[in-house]
Amino acid sequence: MYVAVKGGEAAIDNAHAYLDETRRGDRSVPELAIAQIREQMSHAVDRVMAEGSLYDPDLAALAIKQAQGDLVEAIFLLRAYRTTLPRFGYTKPIKTNEMAVRRRVSATFKDIPGGQVLGPTFDYTHRLLDFALAADPSRPVKAVPETAEPLRPDMPRVTEFLNQEGLIETEDAPAQEDDPAKTADLTREPIDFPADRATRLQNLARGDEGFLLALGYSTQRGYGRTHPFAGEIRMGEVTVSITPDELGFEIDLGDITVTECEMVNQFQGSKTKPPQFTRGYGLVFGKTERKAMAMALVDRSLRAAEFDEQSGAPAQDEEFVLMHSDNVEASGFVQHLKLPHYVDFQSELELIRRLRKEADEQQRRDAVKEAAE
Amino acid sequence: MTLERAATAAAEQESRQRWLSRLAKVDDAAFDAIWRQLEERLPPHRTLRHPEIGLAMVRGRTGGTGEAFNLGEMTVTRASIRFDSGTIGHGYVAGRKPERAERIALIDALFQENAALANAALPSLEAAIAGKRDDRARKAAATKVDFFTLVRGED
Repeated sequence: MYVAVKGGEAAIDNAHAYLDETRRGDRSVPELAIAQIREQMSHAVDRVMAEGSLYDPDLAALAIKQAQGDLVEAIFLLRAYRTTLPRFGYTKPIKTNEMAVRRRVSATFKDIPGGQVLGPTFDYTHRLLDFALAADPSRPVKAVPETAEPLRPDMPRVTEFLNQEGLIETEDAPAQEDDPAKTADLTREPIDFPADRATRLQNLARGDEGFLLALGYSTQRGYGRTHPFAGEIRMGEVTVSITPDELGFEIDLGDITVTECEMVNQFQGSKTKPPQFTRGYGLVFGKTERKAMAMALVDRSLRAAEFDEQSGAPAQDEEFVLMHSDNVEASGFVQHLKLPHYVDFQSELELIRRLRKEADEQQRRDAVKEAAE
Repeated sequence: MTLERAATAAAEQESRQRWLSRLAKVDDAAFDAIWRQLEERLPPHRTLRHPEIGLAMVRGRTGGTGEAFNLGEMTVTRASIRFDSGTIGHGYVAGRKPERAERIALIDALFQENAALANAALPSLEAAIAGKRDDRARKAAATKVDFFTLVRGED
């Protein structure tokens, strides 16, 4: 129970001023510009957009600056901002097969048409601190040699190769596309169990990266194994289109960066299905490979019931996963413990004093009784 | 409507679709270059809908090809204008860009009234978009792995 308590206004004002001052830090150091955060802290920006569930690099950069780099706080700021805006509509489903790929790798086939394209990756770096970055801010940036042949624009999907032999389950769009308003939307309706796959994917796409990473990791360590292979990971730009009512035809709005991961998982087959590979899917705003991989692992784990492979592992428990993946909700509920609970605590205090008194009295009575016997 | 007129309407819609898409997608520098050329050709007009920032829900597909799901929202700006002649222009662009949305709407109306202007502008817009895409694709291609097999075993 919360009780309105007056007072503290001056303290709060001063705390906010102190927060401002702390945000600015040492004034002899130049202040960060939003564009600097957007361009040079792009992974942080991408994470805030993905989990804030709002694609806008400038807003995400502003949120990061305001939150002093506390990304969960920045995600909260973005979620709060989106509630102030009207919804213009739904985009056409993005076509990741038409992505302008900057990175595309497969762990299942070495020689894939289109090739293994490493892109701007941390992989194969030695994870040694690069003191050159600290020493000379004006040092020249290594140039990427541009090749004569650009990448082919239609990078084929790795799962298509397995599909040609019928060795993997297919993902087919419904013949007649449903009204987008009929697809579950967590920004409109609270989650309902059992959740369909569209709900689960939306929840995971905006879920906390750390939470999904730990859950994905748990499946690898044996808590509901899914025998995953990274069939394909791709990152790059996709075009977003919408059909505005006043136009009545489809137009492009621009490009967004996304990361997609398709996990290829083992499946023994059943009475009705021949043995075939199954799939887990990850799709996330920005350059967010770790998150997309974790999402694909957890998506596959949440399909345990569909394949009759439930073992009680946390990653297979839909309600457990989906109800705890949102860091804005989680942070809010954990942090609300800081709010005044004075009256609640008073009553607990009274209760424990009474119990103690009763226990003491009982002990005394028992002692007297024993002595008398 | 006769077949011929229907075909014309379809072709007109297609060109409009094309310029609206390119005007939204092109980078700021290329857009500004086009705008500077067209700005002085604008006839008297008024605002029909002030630039408005809102959201579009971006959708994905399960496994990239399956059923649609809601991935997350993005910011979008839209605006509408009307020439005194009655032609109405609409502008839509990703992000929070009120000025860009309004200018797209103005160019949209201008191009509807003057197809030659559109035909003159489209190639440079498309070249700017393709150029940027091509740059990235060349850089990415430089990171493509060339596998070679090491000689194994004894002779």
